[in-house]
Amino acid sequence: MIAQQLFSGPSVDWWALAPYLIVVGGALKLMVIGSLTSRWPKGLTAWVTVVIATVAAAAVVLNWRSIGTDGTSSLVNGALAHDRLAAFLHLAILVTTALVALLSDGVLRGTENDGPEIYTLLLAAAAGAMVMVAANELIVMFLGLETLSLAFYVLAASDRRRAESQESGLKYFLLGGLASAFFLYGIALLYGATRTTTLTTMIDRLRTVVTVERNDALLLAGLALLLIGFAFKVAAVPFHVWAPDVYQGAPTNVTAFMASVGKIAAFGAMLRVLVVALPFYRDDWRPVVWVLAVLSLVVGSGLAVVQTNVKRMLAYSSVSHAGFMLIGVEAAGHTAGEVFPTAGMRAVVMYLAVYAVLVVGSFAVVTIAGGAGSDINEFDGLGSRRPILAVGLTVVVLAQAGVPLTSGFVAKWGVIQAAVDEGSYWLAVLAMLAAVIGAFVYLRIMVSVWLRTPTAEVERESVPMLTGLVIGLAAAATIAVGVYPSLLLNLVDALPLTHR
Amino acid sequence: MTPTTTWYLVLAALLFGIGVVGLMVRRNPLVMFMCIELMLNAVNLSFVAFARAFTDIGGQTAVFFVMVVAAAEVVVGLGIVISILRRRPGASIDDLAELRG
Repeated sequence: MIAQQLFSGPSVDWWALAPYLIVVGGALKLMVIGSLTSRWPKGLTAWVTVVIATVAAAAVVLNWRSIGTDGTSSLVNGALAHDRLAAFLHLAILVTTALVALLSDGVLRGTENDGPEIYTLLLAAAAGAMVMVAANELIVMFLGLETLSLAFYVLAASDRRRAESQESGLKYFLLGGLASAFFLYGIALLYGATRTTTLTTMIDRLRTVVTVERNDALLLAGLALLLIGFAFKVAAVPFHVWAPDVYQGAPTNVTAFMASVGKIAAFGAMLRVLVVALPFYRDDWRPVVWVLAVLSLVVGSGLAVVQTNVKRMLAYSSVSHAGFMLIGVEAAGHTAGEVFPTAGMRAVVMYLAVYAVLVVGSFAVVTIAGGAGSDINEFDGLGSRRPILAVGLTVVVLAQAGVPLTSGFVAKWGVIQAAVDEGSYWLAVLAMLAAVIGAFVYLRIMVSVWLRTPTAEVERESVPMLTGLVIGLAAAATIAVGVYPSLLLNLVDALPLTHR
Repeated sequence: MTPTTTWYLVLAALLFGIGVVGLMVRRNPLVMFMCIELMLNAVNLSFVAFARAFTDIGGQTAVFFVMVVAAAEVVVGLGIVISILRRRPGASIDDLAELRG
């Protein structure tokens, strides 16, 4: 009787929750059915994963119109935000997951790892990422982060034949656990400062409580710890040390997944906490983001130059890409919480969607041409052995460098313009310098592919059909968005800039 | 002198600090792993201390979620550690240095 009075459950909009339910339910079904039945026909698991991701993406699209543009609606008693920022990032996550599932089939087919496990983990990580970018509750965000991270740890260690894979799994696990603990401590301190873990309640409390009564010391300490957690997850310098080792050691299809979906999830959550929930403290967190951005740009592109392993090269370049996205966050920080904020947030979201596709495409080529060690020499003469593959690689790599008429240029333009609009000229200048240094890395790959001849006789790489499909799709999307930026810009412009 | 909320918060901060230092200085993967658990439980202590001070149930509920997450981390972490130790018995974190550059 009393229990009934106390626990009246929150009203749940099941239709709006459908994308999450489809992904989680699909992952569980895939695992259970996959382990109860005998071996599936080759490639079926990957296609089932693609179908699950596509259906979930369709549910997101169907929900799109019903979402209020003022960005105030939430689901399950305020646990999840129901806004277009979340919906757009969900689409990016689901599309990337589908691409990585296809890529994984190319890598895993015929090995002992071919089975439902890897695909289940991909979907579980995608579900965690979806929760993370939509979380309106810090504990829910933490749960999303952990769902994502735990799946990543297992995926990184999943190649049991290679000692490097296990080593990278353990390293990622220990450092990731450290970062999660910092993140959680930050949540606890924010709770201590504001008496709530719900972001929308938090901003109301901070708005109404006068400055003297605010517990600023606790709140700032919590903010700092949260920033450490986020900086670790996006691999921003100085919290990037795990990234090169883990990217190199993990199976390449998993690396592609971590670099794409991991970044989307972490930046989505970061935007929500910093810009949406804590705009009153923007003058406190913006300088920190500035420093992280500068360090990531300089160290990321600087260290990428001296690498000889392509996966490490791409890992450091992903650190530098994180720096570019942080520029957008910094720009968003100038006007966070105002009635007419500037486009920093849109620039970050745009960059995330573009980068996710580029990085999956790049690592897809590495799965074919990288050989066992992914050394840069393995790419020598790829242009003469596999010209079409080399063209695909050229497109995605030049896009990462930010060459005009590719999507990478549109993305970089967005964040640099956002920085210039806000008067962060130094950041813009540094970003362009970093882009130039970064271009050297990508040109080095190009030189190896097109101009150099291998020292020894190399067997012609075999290209699995699905991997080829992924590279083709990534390259096509890169060119399409590069030539017609409005394809993506119109979608991004539909995102509301204010969330309260 | 009765313990106030601050005492518990200071204790939690100390435990968290011990966990961080332990993770940095110890070389056995299992001990490092225990340090992470120590950090999570230190956070739990601060959650409960705050919840008690605010007489708010929210902080105490959070602890349950954290416990579940910690348990899930144990499963994954031990799985990875065991698969490594099976390959190389007695490996410390310094032995795992194939990835560098």
